[in-house]
Amino acid sequence: MNEIEILINGEPRRVPGPATASDLLHHLGLDPRSVVVELNRRIVRRLQLSDTALADGDSVELVHFVGGG
Amino acid sequence: MTTVQTDPTTNTPLTIGGRSFSSRLMVGTGKYRTNDDMVRALEASGAEIVTVAVRRVDLDRTRDQGILYHLSPEQYFLLANTAGCYTADEAVRYARLAREAGFNEFVKLEVIGDRETLLPDTEGLLVAARELVAEGFKVLAYTNDDLVTALRLEDAGCAAVMPLASPIGSGLGLLNPYGIRTIKRRLSVPVIVDAGVGTASDACLTMEQGVDGMLMNTALAEARDPVAMATAMRLAVEAGHLAFLAGRMPRREVAMPSTPSAGMLE
Repeated sequence: MNEIEILINGEPRRVPGPATASDLLHHLGLDPRSVVVELNRRIVRRLQLSDTALADGDSVELVHFVGGG
Repeated sequence: MTTVQTDPTTNTPLTIGGRSFSSRLMVGTGKYRTNDDMVRALEASGAEIVTVAVRRVDLDRTRDQGILYHLSPEQYFLLANTAGCYTADEAVRYARLAREAGFNEFVKLEVIGDRETLLPDTEGLLVAARELVAEGFKVLAYTNDDLVTALRLEDAGCAAVMPLASPIGSGLGLLNPYGIRTIKRRLSVPVIVDAGVGTASDACLTMEQGVDGMLMNTALAEARDPVAMATAMRLAVEAGHLAFLAGRMPRREVAMPSTPSAGMLE
């Protein structure tokens, strides 16, 4: 299996590729309903996750809600 | 628990951005010693709106699973904040992420200008507010106690303006009652005092200025007993609001007897 190297939350990581944003969440064990994906500073809408291909060098942010005031 | 019964014509619900809320007390979800403390304090506060923040997922799972694991979005209206943002661009980015993660188009907008006091950058705040309003957000803008900034935020289309009682997490209480009163008197949108209260009397005094509601976090989270403090705050907010509606007596520099002076023995 091939791999791609992408930045996830600022850290370089190798993940199985080719992969979509949806594959990445699955690979990381994250629930797409509780995580928002930003790819190269653009938000990937939930419905688009499985149509959004990731490429070497992409920068991905994965965020969710935490406690705050 | 008994709730004070009041004239329904005066005890109207709080309406922000076209939505009505039953409680005038909003609470944050940060810094509680345990998630159980938080859940029970939120319940005791009677709050309907609770704030949350957007942060990176911890990929190594050394931290917790995220707040939604503990909070039911059916039970609370989740208001995302842009805490920790120091520029308008950054705040807009966080607001967009929050809208995608969340359940509504409301955002508590913070653009911080100083790391020591966490006082707002009012210039950046106005820039971000205009952008987010244009994108269809209902913006609740965290600001200082300055009337002119509050007026400009209202002009920018903010759904509510949130002046501080005192710096975030300081517990110093209401430092400028006149400033808060003036903002309330001059604005048409709801005025929600956010940040700085330490205990129930601070909350009561703040509501007595006539503001529409309050948001607090540290006063509950850092209380020795957060659940008891949440109950105290719920009562204090309600008491302060009622006292404002009731209209206080005038202040006098001299005493005035409450007992008739007529009918005294010779």
